[in-house]
Amino acid sequence: MIIKKTKAIPSSEITDPLLFKHRRQIIKGMVGTLLTGAGVTSVLANDNKPDWVDLPKADVLSQSLTVTPAEIVKNHTNYYEFTFNKTDATNLAQNLPTDPWSVEISGEVEKPGVYHLEDLLSQQSIQEYIYRFRCVEAWSMVVPWVGFPLASLLKMVKPLSSAQFVKFTAIYDPNVMPNQKVNAMLEWPYVEGLRIDEAMHPLTILAVGMYGESMPKQNGAPLRLVVPWKYGFKSIKAIVKIELMKRAPITTWNKFSPNDYGFYSNVNPDVPHPRWSQNSERQLGSRFFTPRRQTELFNGYGNDVASLYSDMDLRHFF
Amino acid sequence: MVFRLDTLWSKITLVCLLPLLWVMIDITFDNLGPDPIQTLHIRLGDWAMRFLWLTLLVTPVQTITKWRGMAVYRQMLGLYAFFYATLHIMVYLLVDHGLMWQIIAVDILESSYIWFGLIAYLIIIALAISSPKWAKKRMGKQWKKLHQLIYIASLAVIIHYYWQLKGNMAEPLFYLIIISLLLVFRVALWFKNRKFTKMMIPTTRRIKVVSVAKVLNPELSIDLQGPVLKELIIQEVEPD
Repeated sequence: MIIKKTKAIPSSEITDPLLFKHRRQIIKGMVGTLLTGAGVTSVLANDNKPDWVDLPKADVLSQSLTVTPAEIVKNHTNYYEFTFNKTDATNLAQNLPTDPWSVEISGEVEKPGVYHLEDLLSQQSIQEYIYRFRCVEAWSMVVPWVGFPLASLLKMVKPLSSAQFVKFTAIYDPNVMPNQKVNAMLEWPYVEGLRIDEAMHPLTILAVGMYGESMPKQNGAPLRLVVPWKYGFKSIKAIVKIELMKRAPITTWNKFSPNDYGFYSNVNPDVPHPRWSQNSERQLGSRFFTPRRQTELFNGYGNDVASLYSDMDLRHFF
Repeated sequence: MVFRLDTLWSKITLVCLLPLLWVMIDITFDNLGPDPIQTLHIRLGDWAMRFLWLTLLVTPVQTITKWRGMAVYRQMLGLYAFFYATLHIMVYLLVDHGLMWQIIAVDILESSYIWFGLIAYLIIIALAISSPKWAKKRMGKQWKKLHQLIYIASLAVIIHYYWQLKGNMAEPLFYLIIISLLLVFRVALWFKNRKFTKMMIPTTRRIKVVSVAKVLNPELSIDLQGPVLKELIIQEVEPD
């Protein structure tokens, strides 16, 4: 196995991502002003050009992974608020307004409040995290996320010692989310949660982009969680609220079917779902006749995270 | 035998092969989406299931329209269900798993949804093997008993479909409704026949009814099916 470690680039050398992201807007605005004498606003739409170039790679990774083609990742999402169809979600999700976006941070913290996403981002150093993403449906892909550690956001708002869990709430917008409108299947809005030590773990990130571009809407724009050693449904999309709690929050899938989906939902080949095996996974982007991949405990991140669960029976706390 | 396009049989054969052609075209043009193997599973499984439903549909259609001679098509549709189910399983073993038997074994052992699919497939194999005319002749009464297992197979298929879903039940629900209708039709028919059998028991009242019917239709003892059956029941309901 090739062990690839990239030296972290000192933060002084990293361009402010917002400044970088809006560079065209700024230049176009300047040109516009020059030509017409009037300011040009909102010239930047999603123009499919990279928003980040040469992002520093986070040095949290110990394995070298082959990235899944972006087209697959962009057209294979479980976004049940929109549809139960993984491909249809791509189009439907475009209806979600993501700009401006604010996140409410509340509960057991010293500095609760409603924060503009841009203000939150301006204080973070954005890096690339190449993670394997393992769905509870027994498929996986490798995604180069663009984001920052959740821990550094939490440190900013200063959790109190009473904070034992973190609850995440996704957007509730039934006007653009058909399954919220008809109350289909799950209880909306979507809620997920982590134990505080899981949330503070350096592998746990909040992602704002992937493949060097800002996050596609179907993949959870503008802000989503990524917890690489847990099944994908833990990695909640379109977060509007982060609450620090004394007790474990009731999470959406766990509430829907507690025997099928546990609070922890750590990737574990030895604990099958009641109706299907978790022993192997189909790697998206692999060719026909390619055998499935043997699923690894904690999705291969055991070296980093197994200690969080050292005294726990993983069959009981699945 | 020369293959002739103008017979109903050959036309049906071609139509039954269209779903396969469609799948082949989608494979060729890489048109199966981001998870092509899963799409193949669903497509082939769906067609196996649809042909199973069509097979079950033959008898009700025959009873309602009184159009005889559809048994040959029933056999053919059943064999197509077997054909698509076999492709479905080949894709699982070969395309999805590359014949890695160890991983396949664990997958089957730990996935209860696969057990139901397997039950259905084992039944369908037995039915396919015993489907030729000579087998039917040789097996006599046992043949019908064996082929009634198709009801178990169709229920197993529904569970197989449901069990692998994370939660969205809309599509299998549609199939569940279809299979329910097909089964309800048969249960109704069974009750109707049971009533008829009861009438054959020589109680005074029933004998009277039968004799009335006999007067109305002297061919009764020869042909106990179709309109005569209806007539008998109507007459039985009428007060003496």
